Amino acid sequence: MFRATLKSLLARKVRLVLSGLAVVLGVMFVSGAFVLTDTLGRSFDQIFADAYAEVDVNVAAKPKLAVNEFEGEQIQTPFPAAAVETVRAVPGVAEATGTVVADGARLIGSNGKVVTSFGPPQLGGNWVGESDLVQLREGREPRADDEIVINKALATAGKVAVGDRVGVLTLAPKEEFTIVGVFGYSGDRDSLGGVNEVMFTTPAAQRLMLGEQDVFNNIVIRSASGVSDESLRDSVAAALGDDYVVKTGEQLSADAAAGLKEGLAFFNRILLGFAAVALLVGTFLILNTFSIIVAQRTRELALLRAVGASGKQIIGSVVLEAIAIGLVASVLGLAAGFGVGALLAYAFSNVAGGLTLATLGMPAAAVIGAFAVGLVITVLAALLPALRAARIPPIAAMQDVATPDRPLTKVTVAGAVVTALGATLLFLGLGGHARGNTLATILGGVLFAFIGVALLTPLISRPVVAALGAVFSGWTPGKLGRLNSGRNPRRTAITAAALMVGIALVTGITVILDSAKSSISGLAQDTIKAELVIAGAQSGPRPPSFDPAVLAEAKAIPGVRIADGLYGDMAQIGGEHTWVGALTEPSALRQVYGVTATAGDIDQLAPNQMLVSSDAAESRGLSVGSTLAVQLARGAERTYTISGIFQSTALFGTQAVLPTEAARDFSIQQPIQGFIQLEPGTRVADVQPRVEALLANSPEVSVIDLDGFIDQQASQLDGLLQMIQILLALAIVIAVLGIVNTLALSVLERTRELGLLRAIGLRRSQTMGMITVEAVVISVFGALLGVAVGAGLGAAVVEALRDEGINKLVLPWGQMGVFLGLAAIIGVVAAVLPSIRAARINVLGAIAHD
Amino acid sequence: MTATTGQPAPAAARASDVWKVYGSGEAQVIALRGVSAEFERGRFTAIMGPSGSGKSTLMHCLAGLDTVTRGTVHVGETTVTGLGDAGLTKLRRDKVGFIFQQFNLLPTLTAKENILLPLSIAGRKADPAWYDVVIDTVGLRDRLDHRPAQLSGGQQQRVACARALVARPEVIFADEPTGNLDSRSGAEVLNFLRNSVREHGQTIVMVTHDPTAAAYADRVVFLADGQIVSELIEPTADTVLDTMKKLDTPAEVAG
Repeated sequence: MFRATLKSLLARKVRLVLSGLAVVLGVMFVSGAFVLTDTLGRSFDQIFADAYAEVDVNVAAKPKLAVNEFEGEQIQTPFPAAAVETVRAVPGVAEATGTVVADGARLIGSNGKVVTSFGPPQLGGNWVGESDLVQLREGREPRADDEIVINKALATAGKVAVGDRVGVLTLAPKEEFTIVGVFGYSGDRDSLGGVNEVMFTTPAAQRLMLGEQDVFNNIVIRSASGVSDESLRDSVAAALGDDYVVKTGEQLSADAAAGLKEGLAFFNRILLGFAAVALLVGTFLILNTFSIIVAQRTRELALLRAVGASGKQIIGSVVLEAIAIGLVASVLGLAAGFGVGALLAYAFSNVAGGLTLATLGMPAAAVIGAFAVGLVITVLAALLPALRAARIPPIAAMQDVATPDRPLTKVTVAGAVVTALGATLLFLGLGGHARGNTLATILGGVLFAFIGVALLTPLISRPVVAALGAVFSGWTPGKLGRLNSGRNPRRTAITAAALMVGIALVTGITVILDSAKSSISGLAQDTIKAELVIAGAQSGPRPPSFDPAVLAEAKAIPGVRIADGLYGDMAQIGGEHTWVGALTEPSALRQVYGVTATAGDIDQLAPNQMLVSSDAAESRGLSVGSTLAVQLARGAERTYTISGIFQSTALFGTQAVLPTEAARDFSIQQPIQGFIQLEPGTRVADVQPRVEALLANSPEVSVIDLDGFIDQQASQLDGLLQMIQILLALAIVIAVLGIVNTLALSVLERTRELGLLRAIGLRRSQTMGMITVEAVVISVFGALLGVAVGAGLGAAVVEALRDEGINKLVLPWGQMGVFLGLAAIIGVVAAVLPSIRAARINVLGAIAHD
Repeated sequence: MTATTGQPAPAAARASDVWKVYGSGEAQVIALRGVSAEFERGRFTAIMGPSGSGKSTLMHCLAGLDTVTRGTVHVGETTVTGLGDAGLTKLRRDKVGFIFQQFNLLPTLTAKENILLPLSIAGRKADPAWYDVVIDTVGLRDRLDHRPAQLSGGQQQRVACARALVARPEVIFADEPTGNLDSRSGAEVLNFLRNSVREHGQTIVMVTHDPTAAAYADRVVFLADGQIVSELIEPTADTVLDTMKKLDTPAEVAG
């Protein structure tokens, strides 16, 4: 039996390759994700190990506000410089250096634009001299407060050199400095993990990066010989007291890497999500291939039964075939995944500017994942066809039976049940009735909905395929192709369903994002009463900001009524992390942002007063007059009295508004956006250039009109959409393989018929036309299903988000049309090889009997 | 039937010194050894011979389904030898009809659609009067909307015959048309083929190994070992059988 299986496998190399390819792609995605994150993870480990190699023990102050990777930046609290003396006095300390190191030193390059790092921090600090790690490549150390040294990567990216006079944005607005030196790192590296660094003199660094004089935010300690890092850590901690966090260099590097890996793990999960989609589509494909193979081998399998093989042996034979395909595909997928992971890691390291990659590794998770996924999916998909194969009666070997059309009742009922289950899960998940498992419930609902619709597809396929094919009715080969596509509803359905998944997901996500975009834009248009907006496109974790002095100057321009700057940050209010904002002109809240009061007065704020949103007030049981303890990123905790409550809107996302003065303690101490309202009758074109001129020293932002601002904000979603589309394109590629596979197998199955058609005068081109029409009908049918299911899913999500302010359902008709057109092209492309094969069929060989 | 210039009775199909060799070296098989034959218009000719005699090969070569190694083949005034795929397709579409042992109907099409398929592929319309004649002759009027799976073997073969006839080809090649039918259905089909020759002047060349089937033809050509060895005009089942028996003996000695 084993030999027979193996032989039949080898006799079907093409099928093997095609159905295996889907598994290969899925496995590739899974293992590639693991290889990528593993490699990047170890690279970062190495970078942090290097960065903290010369730190035996490190001192930092307890953070005022602990935030995680997704909430924003952790601001290290400054502490008095005197602490360094305290540390020096601790026995066992050989050397203690007070350092300043903080994100947010943005150098303006030779082109007048801020140099961005696209992710890694842009550190600003005090120059504490060369070390084993840091070495000056050119120039000298900074001696005056207007002198800086920068790392080589930054010099390269900004196209600046020693001697240049450059602007740097810090906590303070733009200031000019002379570059007096360029430094690099051991191992001839220009940057550690893509980080840009600007080093000032210590007083300048304290003022610009920490905002205070005579403070540091780290103390780097070298231990005396014979003193262990751990014991020194403990004695330093004892000397400094509870307000400080003392760690060994190893701890520090491990903690820093752990934070980054949290981000990587998130990235990994996203990649695995796309792998899951690819595998779902692959499952359809394998299921279909095995079904067709079993159908075509009916005679052969019956013969095996006739000569004494048991049903179990038949199942075994089919499953064995699946295992063989699964194994080969897993190995290939793993190898391809390794390649893809390496390639992505390389690309990432290039984008991140000088991330030195650790040696590529094959993590156990990649290997286990690859084989588990590859084998399990293949065998699972082959199980149903295997069971069917076992039911073939031995007598089938003696008869020349065309497999009769099995009724679709069972599969339709099953489809209806599964679809209903999916819909129920979606309803529960979206309606917020799934306690704690919302995401899992929604994903489960989507999965069940897909499977259910796939099961319903055979029933739908008859009328829809007939309608689609009507286009080709006037043309005989077209009509034949259409009839062929309606011939085996199950086969057509699964092939189309595979395409449906990818297109449905893209359509669904597009519906959601477009609806969100349109709703928010509409809301912005309706509520924001500002003609001009000062804003910039965000290209890293840190939003662009500008000098608040610009606002006062803008207000002085004739015709400007209000010029408000908006600050934002995460704060801790009553133990909970909360988004807070501050305005340079509190009255703008109502007059510019269209926010309405539900209680109290929201037009003005005394220094000890705050406003909260109606949502926050409701959930925390607050009213006008309540007091709240607020801890910001900097400074001490302060108590504010609620003087007003404003109506929550989807647009104005902050839950609390603090007085302007509080923004000094925000992690970004400058306004992020500015809104300018003009006096009636003032021409925008008169004011805009004057505001633009004021922004000369704030190159991160520009002044645009409201429509431009809304477009700019909305376009941030476009990038996300594009990324999702690219990743989901893989699922569509797999579906195309499915169409190729189905067609190739059908062509094989219909050799005799094709021979006959050729014998009675069908030209080669007509034969190809016939196969192409079949492919186009199947793929357009799949796209139609996908667009319909996707629009449905998207509409359901939008409906669920109605309370979040997404109140407009936007169906991307244009894009849906594009998908249908694309599907037609996909059909034509998928038909190329099978149709060539069909056209080349040897007429005599196909029809001659014996 | 139409006025032809030149010769008094131009052949519908003609083979001139046709050789067909498969393979090379030790595996070489010579299927046809210089066969020359003419198949007159308006006649029903049977090609007979034992298995391996080359009768099917001869038919395939005549119909342009297979190429000849040497010699030439004509269908009507068309020289088949040397035509490319496009030319052969055109020949099959416009000049030749086929009836196969396996019926070979398209399962997705109704009987009527199957019958009209060659014409619709060629983008031509059927002559309605002739179509009616064909349908009535094969007696399928009440079965026209059925699919092949709903028809008996005999009915399916009659559909196949009608498909070959409706385009009025120069010549119809029938390859063991009764091979898969019981004797009654077989007789129906053969009667029908003979009538289409007698009443409508159709030319039919039929390959068979069944003496009873051959007896329906006007003429029988016997092939053995790749050569034409004998011929009968106005055959009966008995005369065919006798000739076959005579052929078998030397063939066995040779084999």
